[in-house]
Amino acid sequence: MIYLELLFSFLKIGLFAFGGAYGAVPLIRDVVMAHGWADEALFANLVALSEATPGPIMVNMATYIGCRQAGLAGGILATLGVVLPSFLIILAVTILFQSLLKKTSVQAVLKGVKPCLMGVILATGVSMGASVCTAETFRSADLTACSILFFLVVVTLLYRRLRKAELSPILLISLAAFCGCIFY
Amino acid sequence: MSPIIDLFLTFAKVGAFTFGGGYAMISLLDHACVEQKGWLSSDELMDVTVIAESTPGPIAINCATYTGYKVAGMAGAISATVGIILPSFLLLFFISRFFEGILAVPFVAKAFRGIRIAVAILIVQAAVKMIGNLCKKSPHRKLQLPIVGLFFLLTVGLNMAGAHIPTIPFILGSGLVGFFLFHRPNRKRKEESRL
Repeated sequence: MIYLELLFSFLKIGLFAFGGAYGAVPLIRDVVMAHGWADEALFANLVALSEATPGPIMVNMATYIGCRQAGLAGGILATLGVVLPSFLIILAVTILFQSLLKKTSVQAVLKGVKPCLMGVILATGVSMGASVCTAETFRSADLTACSILFFLVVVTLLYRRLRKAELSPILLISLAAFCGCIFY
Repeated sequence: MSPIIDLFLTFAKVGAFTFGGGYAMISLLDHACVEQKGWLSSDELMDVTVIAESTPGPIAINCATYTGYKVAGMAGAISATVGIILPSFLLLFFISRFFEGILAVPFVAKAFRGIRIAVAILIVQAAVKMIGNLCKKSPHRKLQLPIVGLFFLLTVGLNMAGAHIPTIPFILGSGLVGFFLFHRPNRKRKEESRL
């Protein structure tokens, strides 16, 4: 039953997605690929699409995947799934236990979860980069992709050095799209 | 205007105009909820941000739910949350009907091959920023950095092997490790609680 599968998969994502949008990327990738809802390439395009459209990235990805798999109803269920856990948790925290999060035991658990997620996020980014830059599953390097990667990293670092601010994700994506069109 | 409709419209506007999600949204919420409407004080917005960081789910949803509940109870929480989701939901519903078709156009396919590289950079950048903050602010960094390294290596290894990444067991396991490493029930230390 695709509807239930969408709802429960995205409930799981919503419940475990700590650390903002990128914290959820490895988790969504894991769930989406396990169900065969997207392959590596489509998933990366989907992250870009969700980043380039307004609204929370996680919600955008849920909407897209839900709509693709099962139309409007699928989109609504997947979105509901990703939103419901945080909606209920915030309500509970606001109404019942404001002080729960300040407890030392809860803070201790979070101190373990956060570094774990940082490692997983970093690894996900590095693996995605590596899979773009190598052809045929890590056997040979794709020189065009490597040079675009090098160029974009240099631009990002230079921008930060000169302007003392992050290059906006939309600018970076546009620049990458431009490079892709020209060099591939 | 009834506060329920006001909440819906205000959050729909924030949802329609923030790109990049998460922290990009905080500044818009500050403008709308603190400066324009006076629904929250700046201190409260900071509190919501901390709660949002410590609970799962999109930060924007957490803020909308909290503000909506505070202004108009349960109905307010629902209307603010639906408001912040609806614009992007409609847009993505529309896009999902033709996105994969457009990707098949050679020129677009090339652009998206480039974009995939940018996405990898964005993700690495987000992680590096978090790890940088951990090194600067956390009093437990000496214990936490090895955890970062361990899960980094585990995930890269599993990815290379083409295996499935057990993210949820990772989160539960590291939460347990955190509890045993950092919980000191008899010595209540007051420390910076953000990281």
